[in-house]
Amino acid sequence: MNKVISIEKFSEYLIDGITLMIGGFMAVGTPEKLIDAVLAKGVKDLTVVCNDAGVPGKGSGKLLAAGVIKKYYASHVGLNPEFGRQMSAGLIEAVLVPQGTLAERIRAGGSGLGGFLTPAGVGTLVEEGKQKITINGKDYLLELPLKGDVALVKAHRADKAGNLVFRKSARNFNPLIATACKYVIVEAEHIEDIGTIDPDQVMLPGIFVDAIVQG
Amino acid sequence: MSQDKGREMIVKRIAKEFKDGDIVNLGIGMPTMVANFLPEGVEIILQSENGFIGIGSAPRSGDEDKDLINAGNQFATVVPGACFFDSAVSFGIIRGGHVDATVLGTLEVDQEGNIANYIIPGKMVPGMGGAMDLVVGAKRVIIASEHVDKNGNPKILKKCRLPLTAVKEADLIVTDMAVIECTSEGLILKEIAPGISVDDVLKNTEAELIVAADLKVIEV
Repeated sequence: MNKVISIEKFSEYLIDGITLMIGGFMAVGTPEKLIDAVLAKGVKDLTVVCNDAGVPGKGSGKLLAAGVIKKYYASHVGLNPEFGRQMSAGLIEAVLVPQGTLAERIRAGGSGLGGFLTPAGVGTLVEEGKQKITINGKDYLLELPLKGDVALVKAHRADKAGNLVFRKSARNFNPLIATACKYVIVEAEHIEDIGTIDPDQVMLPGIFVDAIVQG
Repeated sequence: MSQDKGREMIVKRIAKEFKDGDIVNLGIGMPTMVANFLPEGVEIILQSENGFIGIGSAPRSGDEDKDLINAGNQFATVVPGACFFDSAVSFGIIRGGHVDATVLGTLEVDQEGNIANYIIPGKMVPGMGGAMDLVVGAKRVIIASEHVDKNGNPKILKKCRLPLTAVKEADLIVTDMAVIECTSEGLILKEIAPGISVDDVLKNTEAELIVAADLKVIEV
């Protein structure tokens, strides 16, 4: 098995209007080469699911600057002023989600759950339009799963079967988005032969991964 | 009291709230400074919501690691015994009640313990990040804040006017004027800053305050 492809091959999966899930936290753990490939293909009207809006010139901030995103799910966008500008100008539909809820919605999307109940956001703007359910006297919001078309994942090590090892705080949303998208591509710093990663050290099973490019 | 002196008193006073081994999440800005003022013999374990436990001191210039930042987007280090995990585990730790305390700043807090600290509609819309999960999940929510805003208006209100971060989640408010405990009976004024009178505190607070019978002066 060998899931390693060229970055050119990846561009076949990019079409207007798809939902991209992007790994990273303030662009740490974001696959910059894959983002550049999306820009090079010139697709537009994208929906992006990412913890934040990156920073100007880095991570998903590059897609934002190119004006190719129409809807954006994030928990924090304050470090990229371009986001506020596009939101105020009505160029982008922003869905701001508590960070734990965003992570769990993606996890639910990738693990066959119909949703989950969380206390985060009860009594705030976040509860608008959501079902509130009381369990043992405590209020929870019903939050629904999130799924995507293409996941852009950054890993430290990958074997050719797609088993992944992440490094330090660059892990964040990467293993989650890999479970919740139809096509999962990984930008790996190191690509290794099958069998070189100790099975006990694998952080994301290779079955979730469709393709790998060299970082 | 100057702003710097006031802030130092706030973080030193909050640092006395922890016991050895507590797992704590410190918010961005003033709360981060709490880690520098822990009493002798008290070590706390710091959680970073972007995916690790065991935040160390800031790296020296040149020693930064591109894969290691704290939740405030600053380069970080880890202490021996630290561990990394993904964002779902991180917020499982947070919502699941495994964090003993969180310290965070606020725009407003009210006498029911409601907190408003993430949005000023039309002006500042950065998103809530992990704040909503943290305040509902941490066992104890400690607010670190100046007593009044930069225009001199009270930040401790009868009822928050800005959109809420969470309902009835504040446990303790530490300001440059006072230490106030949030209880089901209301806000209890427990301690006042040196050189300040109870009247000074009341004048600068919109919320109703119940003055504790054993009112003390803040010691740091």
